[in-house]
Amino acid sequence: MDLLGNLWIGLETALTPYNLLYCLVGVFFGTAVGVLPGLGPVATIAMLLPITFGLPPESALIMLAGIYYGAQYGGSTTAILVNLPGESSSVVTALDGYQMARQGNAGRALATAAIGSFIAGTLATIVIIFFAPPLASIALKFGPAEYFSLMVLGLIGSIVLARGSLLHALAMILLGLFLGLVGTDITSGSERYTFDLPKLADGIDFVIVAMGIFGVGEIIANLENESKRELITKRVTGLMPTREDWRRIRWPILRGTLLGSILGILPGGGAMLASFGAYSLEKKVSPNSAEFGKGAIEGVAAPEAANNAGAQTSFIPMLTLGIPSNPVMALMIGAMIIQGIQPGPSVMTDQPSLFWGLIVSMWVGNLMLLALNLPLIGLWVRMISIPYHFLFPMIVAFCSIGVFSLSNSTFDVYLMAIFGLLGYVFRKIDAEPAPLLLAFVLGPMMEEFLRRTLLLSRGDTTVFFTRPISAIMLGVAVILLIIVLLPSIRKKREEAFEEEAG
Amino acid sequence: MSLIRSPKDFWSGLIYLVAALFGLTIGSNYSMGRAGQMGPGYFPIILSSLLLMFGAVTLVRSFIVPGESVTRFALKPALLIIGSVVVFGLLVERAGFLVAMFASTLMSASASSEFRFEWRAILGLVLFVAAGALLFVKALGVPMPLIGPWFNPS
Repeated sequence: MDLLGNLWIGLETALTPYNLLYCLVGVFFGTAVGVLPGLGPVATIAMLLPITFGLPPESALIMLAGIYYGAQYGGSTTAILVNLPGESSSVVTALDGYQMARQGNAGRALATAAIGSFIAGTLATIVIIFFAPPLASIALKFGPAEYFSLMVLGLIGSIVLARGSLLHALAMILLGLFLGLVGTDITSGSERYTFDLPKLADGIDFVIVAMGIFGVGEIIANLENESKRELITKRVTGLMPTREDWRRIRWPILRGTLLGSILGILPGGGAMLASFGAYSLEKKVSPNSAEFGKGAIEGVAAPEAANNAGAQTSFIPMLTLGIPSNPVMALMIGAMIIQGIQPGPSVMTDQPSLFWGLIVSMWVGNLMLLALNLPLIGLWVRMISIPYHFLFPMIVAFCSIGVFSLSNSTFDVYLMAIFGLLGYVFRKIDAEPAPLLLAFVLGPMMEEFLRRTLLLSRGDTTVFFTRPISAIMLGVAVILLIIVLLPSIRKKREEAFEEEAG
Repeated sequence: MSLIRSPKDFWSGLIYLVAALFGLTIGSNYSMGRAGQMGPGYFPIILSSLLLMFGAVTLVRSFIVPGESVTRFALKPALLIIGSVVVFGLLVERAGFLVAMFASTLMSASASSEFRFEWRAILGLVLFVAAGALLFVKALGVPMPLIGPWFNPS
């Protein structure tokens, strides 16, 4: 295996001045987005997507990836200084980080979060380097049946993470798949659910759905109760962790990285599940577990390491299988398709510079984040103090312009308005919209794979269970469903989401 | 106490049912084909039927299992934010980007309870519109007229 040669290709791609610049822009935007509560990476990436159309694919993906893992860094800053999660994955960081800040240790908490994230980011990059290629070569042997089952597994996996009842999550998936049907059927050429509108013949652009539901819809929800943010400290001093701190955070960071890396690879996984898992694990095994919730430095180090590791390893299924494990990855797949690249196992062999360049850029980006975050802390602190009522009108405007620029059509703008309203309604009835977006992206592919499978088997549906890999994946999906339904786990899951909401 | 014990489930069940019935009604016009030769109607009908089932279960459950009530619908922000997007769409090709963005951003900003109509806010808005025009129309070349046909009739 030509690992070194591949890494060299990656370095060559990631280290061109042009791509370094885009990486920097990405992580800078990412940190800013992470710092600002009420603006998430999904909405931001959706807004910036139209701008990346003109870039070479490598630069576009390097920048978009930077936004995602950059946001994990930024989220912790807000969690520590304001006790508000800047990002959903930094909810648990607020528990101990904010307490540390109140005790005057904001600097050490911030540094711990940054260092933990950097170490996790570095190790997760290595995990990707070793795990992605073998997975891609297995995936090359997949037939349509395997792909269909894999997508089922991915969608079921996303449910485990969804807040609220299983029934709602399943219904959201169906709604998402259904929306994916709008447009022209590839095989028969007949238009479906287009109301004879020519603009709908090509289907609904997923950027419109993402911006409507995650951008506009979320803003309306945020405006329900506008809260004031209070900074705990205006000036942050004493950034370096002490020798004692180092001793205490060493293992939590490694444990968090390991757990985060595993949870990130799983379908439906990603940064949020990772940080929750790492925090509860650390609370159990730490010798200082009594301090948790009162400013334990381990309680900052472990979840921050885990969410960064999870954010990065969630690229593995996207890069090797072409399957998004969370809404951000769904957007990345969309970005690839727009660039004319068919996501899937062939990306690694057909586009080695893109594949390896993206991976190497993640490590470079983490280094930049470490360098950016601590010295620029003053800037981020000032950014947190930007009130939301200045921010959201700009986001709405950017969403409108961004959607218009997709195909220079006002029809898309109206469509986004509808999805914005829909996004708000979904939040009102406690239906988590993330599975909807995943299903929307996967829908057309799923139908195609189902059609091909059944064509090959002459209509025999048992092939899904007689082909071993497909059977295993469906089996895992069933087990996941059962696990979610088990009373004890169900209670735990509800508690975890309660904690997050509180 | 009302008959509906879980309003959230009730409303979501209703939404799922409406979507499913809609999918079935329109989908029934498409040819089904058979499993080995799926027609355009095959997948939509499967999806709609499943959704119909989930909707029905959710709806029935809302009369049996107690649950949360739906919190008040934030009508003002919803109308203003959605309205501002629609206003942008209506104006951008007719009145031009400058007017469209000014009007739509002013409208969305007024959704906040912190909104005050004062000279500093307007100045900020003007600067924002100017920056947007430079960035999107000049630098990125999105084809939006700065001044639309409404204002230069020629």
